[in-house]
Amino acid sequence: MPEVLKAPLVVEFPFTRSLGPVQSAFLTGLRERVVLGVRTTDGRTLVPPVEYDPVTAEEIHDLVEVAPTGTVTTWAWNHAPRRGQPLTTPFAWVLVRLDGADTALLHALDAPGPDAVHTGMRVRIRWAGERTGAITDIACFEPHDGEPGQPSGSHGELAGDRVTGIVAPARLDYTYSPGRAQSAYIAELSTQRTVGERCPSCRKVYVPPRGACPTCGVPTAEQVEVGPRGTVTTFCIVNIKAKNLDIEVPYVYAHIALDGADLALHGRIGGIPYDQVRMGLRVEPVWTEGARYPDHYRPTGEPDADYDAYKELL
Amino acid sequence: MTSEEPSGVRDIAVVAFAQTDVRRTTDELSEVEMLMPVLHSVLDRTGLKTADMDFTCSGSSDYLAGRAFSFTLALDGVGAWPPISESHVEMDGAWALYEAWTKLLTGDADTALVYSYGKSSPGSVRDVLTRQLDPYYVAPLWPDSVALAALQAQALIDAGDTDEPALAAIGARSRRVATLNSRAQLRGSVPQGDYVVRPLRTGDCPPVGDGAAAVILAAGERARALCSRPAWIRGIDHRIEAHALGVRDLTDSPSTRLAAEKAGAFERPVDTAELHAPFSAQEVVLRKALRLNDSVRVNLSGGALAANPMMAAGLIRIGEAAARIHRGESDRALAHATSGPCLQQNLVAVLEGEPR
Ligand SMILES: [Zn+2]
Repeated sequence: MPEVLKAPLVVEFPFTRSLGPVQSAFLTGLRERVVLGVRTTDGRTLVPPVEYDPVTAEEIHDLVEVAPTGTVTTWAWNHAPRRGQPLTTPFAWVLVRLDGADTALLHALDAPGPDAVHTGMRVRIRWAGERTGAITDIACFEPHDGEPGQPSGSHGELAGDRVTGIVAPARLDYTYSPGRAQSAYIAELSTQRTVGERCPSCRKVYVPPRGACPTCGVPTAEQVEVGPRGTVTTFCIVNIKAKNLDIEVPYVYAHIALDGADLALHGRIGGIPYDQVRMGLRVEPVWTEGARYPDHYRPTGEPDADYDAYKELL
Repeated sequence: MTSEEPSGVRDIAVVAFAQTDVRRTTDELSEVEMLMPVLHSVLDRTGLKTADMDFTCSGSSDYLAGRAFSFTLALDGVGAWPPISESHVEMDGAWALYEAWTKLLTGDADTALVYSYGKSSPGSVRDVLTRQLDPYYVAPLWPDSVALAALQAQALIDAGDTDEPALAAIGARSRRVATLNSRAQLRGSVPQGDYVVRPLRTGDCPPVGDGAAAVILAAGERARALCSRPAWIRGIDHRIEAHALGVRDLTDSPSTRLAAEKAGAFERPVDTAELHAPFSAQEVVLRKALRLNDSVRVNLSGGALAANPMMAAGLIRIGEAAARIHRGESDRALAHATSGPCLQQNLVAVLEGEPR
């Protein structure tokens, strides 16, 4: 068995999210150093505010300002901050009930060490220098010995444009491993051979192999070399240039049934004007120096395959 | 296609259960390659083939391995062509079992295959789980799963419900009893270790591992034909609490208590409980919410502190409880599954064997 392949895989996306009226008011408030809660019909004040009562599911929108000072309701010491967390130095995660609120807000507390933190301790908001209307406008909390803070009295009438959306970048890092069957397939490709796997039950040859027959639900293991030539079973004409892809449009992207395979794979068709590609066209792979897979497929010059020869593979 | 039960409500049972060994990494296996042996194992126990299944339901999460639509590829393992009656939940397989149970209750199916799998090893599960949090107020701070569990543990300590030595004892007991569970990832004596996020130490946290599990459900006489002592599902219910941690009392789990009540757990005592408590402090919360006293055998499998394959660990709790009934080691068992931070969502199933 060839070495199992591994490669880094980064999944990264800036999620653009729109805000409802209550979230919009809260995040606009943070930008102006004002903390707004929302009052439920039974008189509790929720901070951070939500649009629906968590108990009754009733819609709520009665905004009320609370103080920038509060009390820690529980905490956890984080000696090794991770990427994206509010502070890069050791800190405490805290739930803080701000003065005037009945619920607690999750954030970070900047403290010298775990011995300096306890449930019930008094803290205040440390505002971020640059604020955009996001939860990170609160840089963190810090210990606070003084009087409770006073609300600004703004009651949600805030200066400037309201924040109506946030962009939340997310990034996760993986080490991707394709498993036994696909590792073997990729290893063979590096010698310019295409190898599928045959189902022991229905005898179909799958390429690329996934280690199982999707019809019979049994493992596949017997390797079978297929191609290199094949037949175009269906195709489309691509008219929009993809970002970072150096291929002139229009070009043809096709399903290609390699000789001996019972499943079509896909690839680009070159060496023929795009409007002359057709179902049944016989093609062969074109490799470029050092590539791990064919760059494209080109016509072999053979007569077209009979429709009956590939109709099961459409 | 199905016979009416005398009571008007169909009796449905877990008739077979299988699970993989749970391992820290399974680089050499794709998800379907990891899953297939367990599917064949559970089918072998009943003599059924995938084609005999009226309904198939699975649970998994693409975020774990960073692969979009990975469940569609995993379907290769059950032979999805020609098209089968199939569904998927982006959750632990315990919720897939709930969906399958509902399907059987309607009478549209007599048998169901339920499976779930999780490959956590490609990514960092602590970071991955931050993406299930409130995207406006919480996820931008990237609080990892251990940090949130640690906030809950500290709240319990402050309330006087537990202390660090008691938490360490829960982890130690879980791994000690897991010596009898060859599938578990951590077995025997494991050092309690350093703080991960204080007050939780390594020994209070679940191991990160890859694994899969599968269960077969059958209704009425079909269940009796497939299993000598079916584990009849007397009730299942699942409930959810507010997403925001600061709104909840982290020392209690009202949703677990309500689910247990609706599932009938309090009508008569259970002899066995399989609790999905990934963190030691969560076992304290669940024992309290479920009113489990020392006469109940809790987590004889070792529980999630011995093996916690994401998306399968909850289904494994139901499978372990059912397997004890199959083997005659339990007559009435409770199984619990959780999802989300700090026991946000909870499912409770009550299983019974007929008198021997
Ligand atoms: Zn087959």
